[in-house]
Amino acid sequence: MSLRSASSPHGRGAPDTSAVMGLVIVATTPGLAMLVLQFGWGPLLNVALAAAAAVAAEAALLVLRRRPLALHLGDRSALLTGVLLGLSLPPFLPWWMTMVGAGFAIVLGKQLYGGLGQNPFNPAMVGYVVLLVSFPVAMTSWAAPRGLAPDGAASLLESARAVLAPGSVALDGWTGATPLDSFKYRGALTAEEWREATGLGGLLGGRGWEWVNLAFLAGGVWMIRRGLFGWHAPGAMLATLAVLALLFQDGGSSEGLGSPLFHLCSGATMFGAFFIVTDPVSGATSPRGRIVFGIGVGVLLFVIRAWGTYPDAVAFAVLLMNLAVPTIDRYTRPRVYGHGSPRRGGAPS
Amino acid sequence: MEFAGPVRPLPGGITPPEEKALSSGSPIRPGPLPAALVLPLVQHLGAPAEPCVAPGDRVLGGQVLARPDGPVSAAVHAPTSGRVVAVEPRPVPHPSGLTAPCVVLEVDGDDRFLDPSPLAGWRDAPPEVLLEAIAAAGVAGLGGAGFPTAVKAAAGGARRVDTLVLDAAECEPYITADDRLLRERAGEVLAGAAVLARLLRPERILIGIEDNKPEAIEALRAAADDVDPGAPLTCVVVPTRYPSGGERQLVELLTGREVPAGGLPADVGVLCQNVATAAAVHRAVARGEPLVSRITTVTGRAVARPGNVEVRLGTAFADLLADAGLDASALDRLLMGGPMMGFTIEDPSVPVVKTTNCLLAATAAELPPAPPARPCIRCGFCAEVCPASLLPQQLYWHARSREFDAARELGLADCIECGACAWVCPSTIPLVQYYRFAKGELREAEREREKAEHARERFEARQARQAREAAERAERRRARRTGKRAPGGEADPESSATAASATGASATPSSATAAAAPEAPATDARERRAAAVEAAVARARARRERDRSAEAATLYGAAEDGELARLGAELADARRRREALRADGGDPNVGEPNLGDPNLGDPNVGDPDLLAALDAEIAELEAALARVRSRLGGGAQP
Repeated sequence: MSLRSASSPHGRGAPDTSAVMGLVIVATTPGLAMLVLQFGWGPLLNVALAAAAAVAAEAALLVLRRRPLALHLGDRSALLTGVLLGLSLPPFLPWWMTMVGAGFAIVLGKQLYGGLGQNPFNPAMVGYVVLLVSFPVAMTSWAAPRGLAPDGAASLLESARAVLAPGSVALDGWTGATPLDSFKYRGALTAEEWREATGLGGLLGGRGWEWVNLAFLAGGVWMIRRGLFGWHAPGAMLATLAVLALLFQDGGSSEGLGSPLFHLCSGATMFGAFFIVTDPVSGATSPRGRIVFGIGVGVLLFVIRAWGTYPDAVAFAVLLMNLAVPTIDRYTRPRVYGHGSPRRGGAPS
Repeated sequence: MEFAGPVRPLPGGITPPEEKALSSGSPIRPGPLPAALVLPLVQHLGAPAEPCVAPGDRVLGGQVLARPDGPVSAAVHAPTSGRVVAVEPRPVPHPSGLTAPCVVLEVDGDDRFLDPSPLAGWRDAPPEVLLEAIAAAGVAGLGGAGFPTAVKAAAGGARRVDTLVLDAAECEPYITADDRLLRERAGEVLAGAAVLARLLRPERILIGIEDNKPEAIEALRAAADDVDPGAPLTCVVVPTRYPSGGERQLVELLTGREVPAGGLPADVGVLCQNVATAAAVHRAVARGEPLVSRITTVTGRAVARPGNVEVRLGTAFADLLADAGLDASALDRLLMGGPMMGFTIEDPSVPVVKTTNCLLAATAAELPPAPPARPCIRCGFCAEVCPASLLPQQLYWHARSREFDAARELGLADCIECGACAWVCPSTIPLVQYYRFAKGELREAEREREKAEHARERFEARQARQAREAAERAERRRARRTGKRAPGGEADPESSATAASATGASATPSSATAAAAPEAPATDARERRAAAVEAAVARARARRERDRSAEAATLYGAAEDGELARLGAELADARRRREALRADGGDPNVGEPNLGDPNLGDPNVGDPDLLAALDAEIAELEAALARVRSRLGGGAQP
């Protein structure tokens, strides 16, 4: 009788890495659908292109590094990085920029550090920032939301032509300032006057964008309910952003920096909170550390939005906080059982 | 009886599938009476018992086969009548498959027992008498490491224990032995608690039980009406959450007190006993029955009749499994203990011992082999479930990078190896194995340090001796010069002082006799030398004793996995890697970049060099194992 020899525990009870990554990808679908609904087919093309490029780059690097291809591609982490990058890119971005961004994300952002689990920075955000600083114009021309574009929404064919044959179509008719941008450079208008003048205010925070943010919020809440991550990092980030916005709202005057609702429902806030800040690899480890990490991202996000020159700041905020993670981890270690004062003091009645 | 709870659950913990319904439904049944019983002389942490029978002796059930030898040791009794056929090393249940000295009993089938000698009037008996009765019955902890109960109770009695905790949590999946015991014999458990209460005089008794055992709780409630446990008794119902039944975890759940790192529950005024141990204490004291059987859960989907069996100690696993209708073709993994903390048994001829709470005969579908590990993604699931609030993933990084001191800094020693971290790891990294590896390395380093310290002591002692001898020679010369005119004159006080201080420099307590000798006036050099030799012999003997007990503690350590455990685990791991490498070209560790850890394979799949290296490593490990085993076998027959 040949019996198996193994070390305890003799079973497992959690989704494996590839399932976790798969669930995160599934959770992006409401947000992606809403992006398509509001901004045309561009985001879907971006996601497809970025995902394909990321997986191709991962495969190439795995071959170069002589790692087993099936095992590592099977973890779906490169696919997820590509999807996340694609979701953060403006529609109509030329195809090769998307692919360059995805390549940078995987090669420089991840594989050169040693592959999955070793990268200090969020790969998708590395790719995004590389594109943003290299191609600032293309990266800041967002599609106007549904109903605001002068020429109406771009059809699938038009979107594909804009992406795959850059320059063959004029984009001016489809693009427009994002609410964050427009609000920031609104001049002497009060918040209310800005809303009336531009029509970009929407119901909650920004026309079109508010729905996208709510869709990403829905995906995020679903992931928390599935136990993929805790509320700590996204909760801390959103709360910090809201508190800071409240402090600097200035009653919606011409000096105000935007209401909490505006900040929560504009730009990449919810996408960042639930899909970027929650990246385990480049984030803090312990729940307490994740709260600190989230607060840091929230502060930087607001500071850069309010006083910086970039239109949105999730990528920079996250990358800067990635730098701080080793320090955060060091100072937020949980107290180990049996060391120091007990966590439940006193005897039960 | 009071009821309390539900209490706030532990930080961390997991809720694996319980699988208890497999075995909890049917009543406890008597085990088989096999043709032979094999009784290991040590079944716990501590020193082996000294056999007091010889091959050829006829014994009755309940007769002492071996007496405790040393402070932490427990007696072994015959579980039935028969003839002793051998006292020799046999394979025992241990992760490494080691052999240990055993008494082998040929069963005569008559099943005659000695008349039991109950301790009449135990309720008024002094603690020493109770302890003596418990020790004489060979009672040891039936829930975990099998620590001799009398020793634990005596140590608890020496401190101020205000709370006696009875552990009925039984949080491991599959195991239902305590559940069934409480359902059927709650009175015995409470009577045992009364004995322990008499010993410890606690202010209260707390029974911790998970809320998935309503029948057992009901049985306790009913039994509490009939049995006076001797102290206010509260049944605390705790949430079903692994590992609530860990001693430290249960103490925290029930009392809010944390056992300090490196300490014992007695440090915070608590003594914890398993309910089955309490029942055994009752039988030992009130009925005079030694511990010759225990309730073992025989379960898993490879047996046709899972359930709880009152099995005689020494019964081979194979006999017990056959009795439960084992389908040998379906059996893939045989565990002693539960799926979370149990260990695999490769040789089913090993006997049931006092700590065999469960035999889990699992099919491959039931406990599938672990998939290859992927890289850690720092998800932190492990930290969320760690009952000790450790950072398992940081420990893993350090263990893998061989930064053992850093791992110790992060509390490696506080890891109870419950396996919750590995259970939830999405990358299927064998985390607990890494911790055992790191603990083993740290222990090894500690041993090396002690050895170096020992060598230094020896060197200093030698220097001191040479200095003393030189002083003595000088003194003799002086005595020869001056002694002709003053025969029997006193020794030169100065040289005597030099010798004393020189001897004292060796600074070991055991050299006190040697140091005392020269202080006596009018002692001549020969006597002093004789005293020094005697002291040296005493020192050597003490050292040998110490080494031997340290070795025994290591070899038999159930809680501590010593050198053998480590070698065995490494060997198994190496074999597994070789299998994987040969079978499908997939190394289980391919997901892991090799960061200087020679125990981890490089992902050069099917690489003949790697295979050869693995072969060499396996051969080396096998040789090392054989060496350690033979050392043990040799030690058994002095």
